[in-house]
Amino acid sequence: MTLTPKESGGDGPGGEPAGEDAHDTYDAYVPSRRRIERERHQRSRARRATAVAALSTLVTAVVLYLVVVNAPGWPRTKETFFDAGYAREALPKVLEGLWLNVRLLLVCGAAVLVLGMLIAVARTLRGPVFFPLRALAAAYTDFFRGLPLIINLMIVVLGVPALRLQGITVDPVLLGGTALTLTYSAYVAEVFRAGIESVHPSQRAAARSLGLSNRQTLRYVVLPQAVRRQVPPLLNDLVSLQKDTGLVSIGGAVDAVRAADIIVGRSLNYTPYVVAGLVFVALTIPMTRFTDWVTARMDRRRAQGGVV
Amino acid sequence: MSGPVGTDSSVPVLRMEAVRKTFGGSVVLRDVDLEVAPHTVTALIGASGSGKSTLLRCANLLEEIDDGAIWLDGEEITDPRVDQDAVRRRIGVVFQSYNLFPHMTVLENITLAPRRVHGADPAEARARARELLDRLGLGAKADEYPDRLSGGQQQRAAIVRALAVRPRLLLLDEVTAALDPELVGEVLGVVRDLKDEGMTMVLATHEMGFARDVADQVCFLDGGVVLERGTAEEVFGEPRQERTRRFLRRIVEAGRL
Repeated sequence: MTLTPKESGGDGPGGEPAGEDAHDTYDAYVPSRRRIERERHQRSRARRATAVAALSTLVTAVVLYLVVVNAPGWPRTKETFFDAGYAREALPKVLEGLWLNVRLLLVCGAAVLVLGMLIAVARTLRGPVFFPLRALAAAYTDFFRGLPLIINLMIVVLGVPALRLQGITVDPVLLGGTALTLTYSAYVAEVFRAGIESVHPSQRAAARSLGLSNRQTLRYVVLPQAVRRQVPPLLNDLVSLQKDTGLVSIGGAVDAVRAADIIVGRSLNYTPYVVAGLVFVALTIPMTRFTDWVTARMDRRRAQGGVV
Repeated sequence: MSGPVGTDSSVPVLRMEAVRKTFGGSVVLRDVDLEVAPHTVTALIGASGSGKSTLLRCANLLEEIDDGAIWLDGEEITDPRVDQDAVRRRIGVVFQSYNLFPHMTVLENITLAPRRVHGADPAEARARARELLDRLGLGAKADEYPDRLSGGQQQRAAIVRALAVRPRLLLLDEVTAALDPELVGEVLGVVRDLKDEGMTMVLATHEMGFARDVADQVCFLDGGVVLERGTAEEVFGEPRQERTRRFLRRIVEAGRL
């Protein structure tokens, strides 16, 4: 142990040989040659991997670029799909329309979660009294999961106004939102039902053995676990709903897709569609990333450790 | 005798008569009779699949019996007109795999039934839960989630959860079977304390030394039949049945007695 000049000079009365004490309380760990060698090897391997990835990305990009640019129809395609002038004209209109899509997502998303949960719970009810409810819920999910969304939309958005019923709205936004809610509730109900069934029977047994009724067991023990487990697939369905709000444009509601449509109809240039498409992608990316993050976090909490 | 009689010491807390239970084609319980007197401990022993766990599940109405009858404090609980939830409120169960609710803290696990089933005041329920946790040495774990606890701690928390509703009868289903050997002692210690406090218990167990120590009555189950019953000294000391002798011999050979 080497003493600094200050320490060798002494600290006066009560001064402790701090250097020595501190040294003893610390773990005097010195990495072994083996570890240093291993880490050096790992670093060099990581550097090589980065280099390979960069090179491979560059080659792929160049090949794709050459293939597209050298396609016989590229000059025409570039003109009709990637025109900067039309893009600038379309963007504000498309964004204005997108506000409708966002509002639809929020309202339909909330309605879908509530309705989906009710249907899923209806399917788990026991007892003869609930038979009609159970059968209805099963028929509902079977029907709306099988019915193509576009047909559902056309029937609701175009068919309902044709009935000319008093007091029933003909607003394409409201009707389109209804159609989306009908279809997505069926999907989400199945997600919730899978979650309910994934809760181990021993949890139910524990709850019932404490004297909780069937309903209390569902409310306090089964549903909280089921919902937590199903967050990733639920977010997945919401991402899907977000992009499908674009389909309400078939009824004439001016959303992002319809806004692009109007410009295309006037100019016969398809650039606005590309703009609308990119705007939807940009909107869903945060949600998709959020879904991935939630899923990864849950997986990490469930299984600790391991490198493969 | 009919109707609930409360704590009359002459009435068994639990009585089973000619109970029969089948799963599919196989008979799991065959004409089982059982009487559990107040403040006594009954140990159910026997090989895996002999019907111990099923017997406990039937006693708590988690399984519906095919034939026979079961009484709790003199009231027939297998009567179809009986409120099953009300019956289960009076019986505590501790499971082999703890079955704590993973989305609730230990304290929430324990106060759930007192609050939601028995209508207890939340503050009072929490105070009683903390008192019980302290007594079982888990005071510091009240606000943890179950997955942060060791197996022995989880099982003790499960015992507190079962006790929090002041049950008349406690059923323990192989409560140490899922524990590492060094954690078995802490759980068995709790069961021993409960016996000293006069808790009526029925336990299915593979811990023969413990059964011999703590049980007032031992029942040896074999193929769904109570083949032999008596005091611990009788069943372990001088078993009358050849099957019992063979079972105990195997246990001794495995070093478990």
